[in-house]
Formats: sequence, C-alpha cells, structure tokens
Amino acid sequence: MLHSPVLRSVKLGVKSLLLHKLRSLLTTLGVLFGVSSVVAMLAIGEGASEEAQEQIKQLGSQNVILRSVKPPEDTVSNQSTRVSNYGLTHLDFERISETLPWVKRAVPVRELQQEVRVEQRKLNPRVMATTPDYIEVTGRMMGEGRFISERDEELVSNVCVLDHEVARFLFPFETPLGKRVKIDADYFTVVGTLLPRTRTSDDPAAAGTSVTGEVLIPRLTGQRWFGDLQVKVRSGSREMEEVQLHEIIAEIDAPENVAHAAAAAREMLKRNHKQQDYEVVVPLELLARAEETKRIFNIVLGSIAGISLLVGGIGIMNVMLATVTERTREIGIRRALGAKRRHIIMQFLVEAVVLSVGGGLLGILLGLAIPWFVTWYADLRTIVTPEAPALAFGVSVGIGLVFGLYPAWRAATMDPVEALRHE
Amino acid sequence: MPAVAILKDVSRVYTMGNTVVRALNGFSFEFGQGEYWAIMGSSGSGKSTLLNILGCIDRPTSGSYQVRGQEMATLDDDELSELRGLHIGFVFQSFNLIPQLNVLENILVPLFYQEDPPADGEERAAMLADRVGLGDRLDHRPLELSGGQQQRVAIARSLINDPALILADEPTGNLDTQTTSEILDLLDELHDEGKTILLVTHEADVGARAQSILHLKDGHIDDVAHNRPRP
Repeated sequence: MLHSPVLRSVKLGVKSLLLHKLRSLLTTLGVLFGVSSVVAMLAIGEGASEEAQEQIKQLGSQNVILRSVKPPEDTVSNQSTRVSNYGLTHLDFERISETLPWVKRAVPVRELQQEVRVEQRKLNPRVMATTPDYIEVTGRMMGEGRFISERDEELVSNVCVLDHEVARFLFPFETPLGKRVKIDADYFTVVGTLLPRTRTSDDPAAAGTSVTGEVLIPRLTGQRWFGDLQVKVRSGSREMEEVQLHEIIAEIDAPENVAHAAAAAREMLKRNHKQQDYEVVVPLELLARAEETKRIFNIVLGSIAGISLLVGGIGIMNVMLATVTERTREIGIRRALGAKRRHIIMQFLVEAVVLSVGGGLLGILLGLAIPWFVTWYADLRTIVTPEAPALAFGVSVGIGLVFGLYPAWRAATMDPVEALRHE
Repeated sequence: MPAVAILKDVSRVYTMGNTVVRALNGFSFEFGQGEYWAIMGSSGSGKSTLLNILGCIDRPTSGSYQVRGQEMATLDDDELSELRGLHIGFVFQSFNLIPQLNVLENILVPLFYQEDPPADGEERAAMLADRVGLGDRLDHRPLELSGGQQQRVAIARSLINDPALILADEPTGNLDTQTTSEILDLLDELHDEGKTILLVTHEADVGARAQSILHLKDGHIDDVAHNRPRP
C-alpha cells in the first residue's frame, strides 16, 4: 500500500471523488463532450476527406476535363420548339489533342439520350460515343471481352461495351458477350463489359429507382447513326439541342504540367467560344481545394473543441476550489502530520487529473461511438486514426494539470494553524 | 532528564486589524524527556499558541525554540514538515481523523509522508490499533466509531512514528467522564513507557492526572506545580 506513492495518491483521489459521485460526474461532462467532439469530428472529417479524394482520383488526377455546359437561356424566345446550339466542338477536340502542349492524349465523349433494350428489358443509360483511348485515360477496368478498338473506329462497326450495371440488368442470366442490344433503332454487338468503379459511388443521383449506367460505342458509329442533333421531350415542350461533344478528357504528360495545360485550355476555349458554354474541371485543383477545405474544417473543429475543453477545464477548477475549501481541515491535519506543500499539491492535482482523465476516457468512448453511429445511420465513411484518441487523452491530462494547479497551490499554501481551526 | 524542547524568550504576536495580541510574551521553559506536563490556563492565556509552536506548525515571532537539539528558526517549511512527521505526535480535541480513510489508513497517514517509511508500517499500525483496543475495527470509517474510539485511533496515529513529543490539545474536551478517564489511563500508560507528553487542558481534574502542571497567564508562566506521583 505504501509502495507506490503515486498509485496511492490516485487511489486516494478516486476515493475522495467517489464521496461526491454526482458532482464528480457532472464535473467531467465538460471534458467528456470536448474530447468526444474532437475524436468524433476528426473521424468524420477524415472519412469525408478521404471520400472526396477518392472521388477526385477517380476522375484521374493527371487529367483535365472539359465539359459542355448549357449557357443561361435567353428568355426572349419563349417558343415551344427551338434548337439550342452550344458546347464543345469537334474542332475544339482537334485543337486540344493536336496543338496544346503537354497533352499526352485526349478522348472526346458524346452523350446520347437513347433507349437501350434487349427484348422486353429496356433502360436509359448514358450512351457515350468515344475513342479507344477512353479506357486508359479514365483508368476504368475491363471485365469481360475487350474495349472499342481502332478497327471498330475504321469500320464504323456497330459494337458496344456495357458497364457492370447495364450488363447485369440486360443480361441477368447469361454473358452479354456476342449478344446484340438495340440502341434506338439499331442493333449493336456487345464486345466487352466494364468492372464497376473501385467503390460503388455514393452519389445520391445514382441511387434512384431506375438503373442508370453507361454504354460505350465507337465515336464515328455514334456520329453516323445519331448525328449531332438531339431531341429532348420535356413536359409538353420539345427541345432540340445540338451539342457536338459533351466532354473532352485530356491526359497530361506530368502532374506538374496539369496547371499549365488547364490554363492553356481555358485560354484556347475563351478565344474560340463566344459564350461561356463549357467548363474546365481539373481534378488536381479539386484535390488541392479539398485539402484546403479539410484544413479549414480542422481549424474550425479545433476551435470548437478548444472552447469546450476550456469550459470543461474551468468547471474542474471551480469544483476543485470548492473541494479545497471544503477540505481545509483535512489539509491542516495532513500538514500537521508531516505532509509537505508538494504532497498537498500532488494530492489535489492528482484529483483534478483523475477527474479530467475520467472525463477524457468517457469522452473517447463516446467519441468512438458517434462515428460508428454516423456510419450506421447516415452511411458516411468515418476513419478513426489512432492519433485522435491518443491526442484526446493527452489533452485531458493536460487540462487536469493546468486547471488543477491553482486550487492545489491554494491548498498547499494554507497556514496549518488556520486550516486546523477551520470548521 | 535531557531536555526535548527548549524555549528561550519566545514571543508570538498576532496583529488583528489595529490590535496587537501578544499570545506568548517572553516565554522560556525546558521540557525534559519522559515528562508528562499539563499546560493550563484560562482562555487567551496562550496555551494553544504554545502548543502550536511546540508542534512546529507555528513559528515564534521572536525567541528561540529548540526541539531535539534543532533550532526551529533555521528550518524551512519542508524541513519543519519532515520534523513533525518524524518526531511529533498530535492528539486533537476534535480527533481530526480523515473521514474517507478507515482506521488502519488513518493511523498510517504520518508514515505516508515520510521520505523513508518503515517497511513494517502496516503491522505496526495494526499493533497500535490493537493496543488502543480497536484491533477488530481496522476497516471502520471514523464516523462509524464513538468519540472515545475516534480519540483512541488518534492516539494510535500519534504513536505510529514513535515520536519524541506527544502533543495533546484538550484531548478529552469532547468526551464524557467515563471515556475521559479511559483516555487519560492510556496517556498514563504511555508516560510509564517513557513518552514525553504535553497536554493542554482547562479542566483541573484532567490536569491533576499529569506529572506536573504549567500554569499560563497572559503569555507567560504564572506557576509551576508538581502533582503527587501516582500510586
């Protein structure tokens, strides 16, 4: 029992705190909530940032993506039928892939609104006309069969590649390879399937009732059968759009050139387009922005946690001051029986640290439970790094030390005679 | 008898607002080893102040106090604490046990603060508890004991460090006649074993149980009387 003074002090501290269970518990709440919010928010922040980074990486961190964007409509011509002509052109594609420096290769993507059917099964996936390089530039993986080839382009053959979802929907019981699907009025032979993206996307738009997906056909085949004009029927009004290309994905030769290439592409498009009917997406820039967002998030969360820990610490100091006053006589007795000032400091400091560490440990438990609950309830990814609980524990020890010091010092500097006379 | 505590021209002055109180005024005395003194006097005579100085929890304003050959003025706060823990045993009027500790732990408190506590502390504490008649109550809390029993625990606590001086401040002030005489019997036993006991009281019949009586008045010695030795 006398062997380890520290252990004995801790035991004594716990004993004294247990004399006032409710008070001790309430005192720990401040630290508890502070610590649990640190742990939980770090886990949620870490999960969200990793999710964002993964999504951005899926776009290809070495890519620059140009997209057609419908410009704001001029409301003057409020007709029921009209043709809007906007977006990226085949000429843009030529310029990007031929004249822009740093571009290793580029692929054009044209999206067609077409129904795809096999016998009675039909759906409306994104039908995309593109070139053979698409698979490598986007980093998608082949499941069965092969991707669109140069030869398909030369022959303008009626072939298509289905992504995982579409293939499963149209051919639930058999391999789609060699089978024929009907896109609009024409038949296409399936030559390959794509594996699903590395993670099933949590994009809420994809989680609707209808199966969406992707069907890829050779670029020239698309142009031959479907032209550049598209008709959209929308709530009574027919709307015609002429968009040559929906997307141009340019792969840049090295990561450090991505920014230059993006700037050059912006400049080039600005010169050749009368209106802002395109956007330039740079995943690497998004990545940097995501990092910045995470940094700001961490600062905000750090401040909130800091404030609640400060409040928790003041709560501990308050209770320890009350305890010291309450136990003035005990302090006098201990001093008379040989306790030095540092023994008294130690005793009350240990008590404060036991309080804050108790709150810290409960806080860590709660802080681990919250991300678990968030993952279970909201299906958000959360990542608990081992540093977070360790940091929280260290902080709670520190709080006990810092806010326990003054009350302990008050106790230790009392005059023993006065203290013994205290009722 | 060699002297355990030597006081020379000790004064203790309190300033309370504008009034200056001389609780001790040029007090000189020697307490010999193995002696049993009752310190008596009316309230305000300085007897509690004297006991506080003897117990090294208060310092004289002027004068010299030597305990076991050590001059108090040369010792700092830590050294005084150590001296108290090693050589002085306190018995208080209101027992002053620590409520959250049990009997055994209360007796052990002085050893807890010693730099080099004896290894057999717990056995000795149990032995002392046995000696004061509480050997079967080691795990009781103070509030579960009667006043007399609490004072016995306090006496056992004052003995754990085998002190040179036992200082008792009105030890029977809160007790009834029956328990008072039991506690005084216990002190007699300790005296017979050679302990030095200084007891502050204002009750004449308690003072009569000591070897000698020191009467204080206005901070200095009024009278010294010797009782007849016990049969």
